[in-house]
Amino acid sequence: MKEKENKSSKLNITRRSALVGMAGAAGTMIAKSATGKEVQTSSNRPFAPADPTKVTAKQWATKVGKRSIFEKYERDVRYTGTSSRTPLHQLHGTITPSDMHFERHHAGVPLIDAQKHKLILHGMVDRPMTFSINDLKRFPAVSRICFIECSGNLAREADEYTTPQNICGMTSQSEWTGVMLSTLLKEVGIKPSATWLLAEGSDAAVLTRSVPKQIWHESMIVYAQNGESIRPENGYPVRLLNPGYEGNSSVKWLRRIEFSDQPFMTREETSKYTETIRNGKARQFSLTMDARSIITYPTFPNTVEKGWIEIQGIAWSGRGQITATEVSTDNGKTWETAKLQEPILSKAHTRFRHLFNWDGKEAIILSRAIDETGYVQPTRETLIKVRGAGSIPYHNNPITGWRLRAGGEVVYRVQDWG
Amino acid sequence: MVPSLSSAQQKSSDNNTKSDIEEILFNFGRPATTEEIKKWNLDVRPDGTGLPLGEGSVSEGEILYATKCAFCHGVSGQGGINERLVAYEDEDFPQGIVACGFECRTIGNYWPYATTLYDYILRSMPMNAPGSLTFNEVYALSAYLLYLNNIVPDSTKLSASSLKEIVMPAHDKFVPDDRLEYNMVH
Repeated sequence: MKEKENKSSKLNITRRSALVGMAGAAGTMIAKSATGKEVQTSSNRPFAPADPTKVTAKQWATKVGKRSIFEKYERDVRYTGTSSRTPLHQLHGTITPSDMHFERHHAGVPLIDAQKHKLILHGMVDRPMTFSINDLKRFPAVSRICFIECSGNLAREADEYTTPQNICGMTSQSEWTGVMLSTLLKEVGIKPSATWLLAEGSDAAVLTRSVPKQIWHESMIVYAQNGESIRPENGYPVRLLNPGYEGNSSVKWLRRIEFSDQPFMTREETSKYTETIRNGKARQFSLTMDARSIITYPTFPNTVEKGWIEIQGIAWSGRGQITATEVSTDNGKTWETAKLQEPILSKAHTRFRHLFNWDGKEAIILSRAIDETGYVQPTRETLIKVRGAGSIPYHNNPITGWRLRAGGEVVYRVQDWG
Repeated sequence: MVPSLSSAQQKSSDNNTKSDIEEILFNFGRPATTEEIKKWNLDVRPDGTGLPLGEGSVSEGEILYATKCAFCHGVSGQGGINERLVAYEDEDFPQGIVACGFECRTIGNYWPYATTLYDYILRSMPMNAPGSLTFNEVYALSAYLLYLNNIVPDSTKLSASSLKEIVMPAHDKFVPDDRLEYNMVH
């Protein structure tokens, strides 16, 4: 029953975004609905003068800018209200607009006054310390562009009318600014025997995760996202950032860090963010996000025409830099190397582009990412063969395909996850 | 035009600028007080560290569960709108879990530590009044949920010393991540 409701609500969202996407892409008064029916969209279209050079402007300087009234961006909100997905197929470049960053929270978004917020560091340290947000901003600041991805970032039940946003929109990229964790470790006098930290959030779940020492040299305590204070849903006023690690380890609304020589075995890292593997065991502290890519154009809900198409997408790896992304236009029989857009940053979304001269016959296009360790993004079949079907809830990074139909319609290449 | 510095100014400037922040202790912030640490430091570890004084029984837990938990988790830990808390008989680890999927990961077949149950209920539950349960109530609810999962008998009364001794069915099922030892899918 629950499953049915879920599915139908997802389909509604899919169809709705299909209409929005088509109207935007076509730029005409006629668009095709997901079912192929032609629909009038002119009545929904805001008014604009035929020649803007011949009218006095209505808009002058404003205190806060807004998007064009002709553009509509929406996160795909899950019916439970605990997550939403970035519209990857609507975006260009590699930075996610802050209000389109994906969300995942376990007890809603807390309302926090930054002036009253504090962060306590204690446990295996010489000097337990309390920092206000202003204290944190006095330390030397560091900015880093990297992705944050939820380890559950795969929609398994998906029909042909599914967008990249629906499939894997729980990855987003920002420029994060804050203080290096290592700077604070020196302030508190971290004991050499400390090997784990517990990060605790200030949400109603008081969410906790253990984070191993291996990542501490890259971890940051961040208070800004794309130049402004972090959005409430992304951790305002301060969050942990563990580049390349599964998103939930970058604890939001951070209020406390406790140092220890053991992991704390919280609910999230035992019963939740773990996955069963082939040997009858469950893999735990599987924090690093493996390399992945997704084509973001052309995909559902686009339509394409015969001739040159620039296939575009993003590739990323929690292990480091992307070194190559390959594209296949014949369903994986042959692969060609796509162009990567500079700068290619470590643990960051990297844009790839590949020119394809489409002959108008049905074709399936795929992409696969390769990172600096030589890791190659696997197929769904390989993932299931190596890990078993039980691993599926988390850390799935399958090669994803899109079917270009002879008429120009583009749909998701459905994969059965069992 | 950049004004030139006298040699004395130059020297003073050198003393006040360091490019290597590793060398500096900034002393921003303030020492954390014992009271503020104690107020938030409620986490409970598998060895029992952090378990507070108190106790609670299965029968007390049954009443608390009915009034504060059953609305979301269903009568007897199943059939509710939120997570099922009790494993069915055929849901052993791992076959039963793999066959059924994510929702079959329950306290009885997938939680490796009973201490985590205490930690989680205390910090997060119930959803409509988070953090409202007393230490004794959390012991009672932990006892009741362990009883529902056939891990303890119905006569059980839990405290710090007895809770940390409980060995959960999934205790030996977890292994650390070894994917990074490979540069292929693993």
